[in-house]
Amino acid sequence: MANYRVHVTIENKPGISDPEGKTILNDLVLKGTHQNVTRINTAKMLKFSISEHDKDAAQTKVQEICDELRIYNPMVSVVTIDVFDA
Amino acid sequence: MNVGVVVFPGSNCDRDMFHVLSDVFNLNAQYCWHDQPLPENLDAVVLPGGFSYGDRLRAGIIAAHSPIIQDVKKIAEKGIPILGVCNGFQILVESGLLPGVLLKNDSLNFMCEWTNLTVENNDTPFTNQFELNQKIPIPIANGEGRYYVDDETLNKLERKNQIVFKYDQVVNGSSNQIAGVCNEEGNVVGMMPHPERAVESEINPQDNKPSSLIFESLLKKVGVEN
Repeated sequence: MANYRVHVTIENKPGISDPEGKTILNDLVLKGTHQNVTRINTAKMLKFSISEHDKDAAQTKVQEICDELRIYNPMVSVVTIDVFDA
Repeated sequence: MNVGVVVFPGSNCDRDMFHVLSDVFNLNAQYCWHDQPLPENLDAVVLPGGFSYGDRLRAGIIAAHSPIIQDVKKIAEKGIPILGVCNGFQILVESGLLPGVLLKNDSLNFMCEWTNLTVENNDTPFTNQFELNQKIPIPIANGEGRYYVDDETLNKLERKNQIVFKYDQVVNGSSNQIAGVCNEEGNVVGMMPHPERAVESEINPQDNKPSSLIFESLLKKVGVEN
């Protein structure tokens, strides 16, 4: 068994409005000198530390946890799971 | 008539709801702590508003995993009336008892204001004393009250008459201005506005009678003369 850090990023599906991201873009970034930014999406990240046999097992286990406990709401959100060596 | 008021860590409208059930409508209300079994003698259950578990992760999601929710699901299957208000609605949605999801208001603000509802379905245990399209002046108090369903689910809700209340104008960006829905059977109802804050004339500057009909509908459903 080895230790892994697993980052779970929860963000809105395309088409679900993200008023916070729009506010950050329009009222902060574009009001400065950063006119080449075209989009900002907000997201929530959970950082897991987990002990598993390998990276794939860590990814599978965290995905199972997210699905079983509805860590994200599949109607409006998607998750991206990234695994790193601890 | 026995009504359970389910209390989670962070509920804060439980006492208002208890007061209205007991003192205004003379019902035998009882608090039900979230990690205890639901009493077996209940004729109805209310999940009140608040901030269960501080809205951590997502409003309602942690409370939806509380032990008592399994009992709530069992009595929901038996047809017993269940009302979720505000955070109670969020918990019903996150536990799968009601469809959809409640997102942050479009404005990103916590909204605490009076709204007007329209009754869209008067065939539930909490709306049977209303006329269709009757108006209800009633307050909201939430940060995550924007009801959202995808188009397929919205069509199903309309087809099966599961939309119970709508706002009469755009309030927070909810799909089709939906303020409350029910399950297919109609016995589980969730709503974002707070009827327990609107049934007494002392604290309702508009008209307290329409909100009272939500509770009078419940009395009618279980055959209690008030």
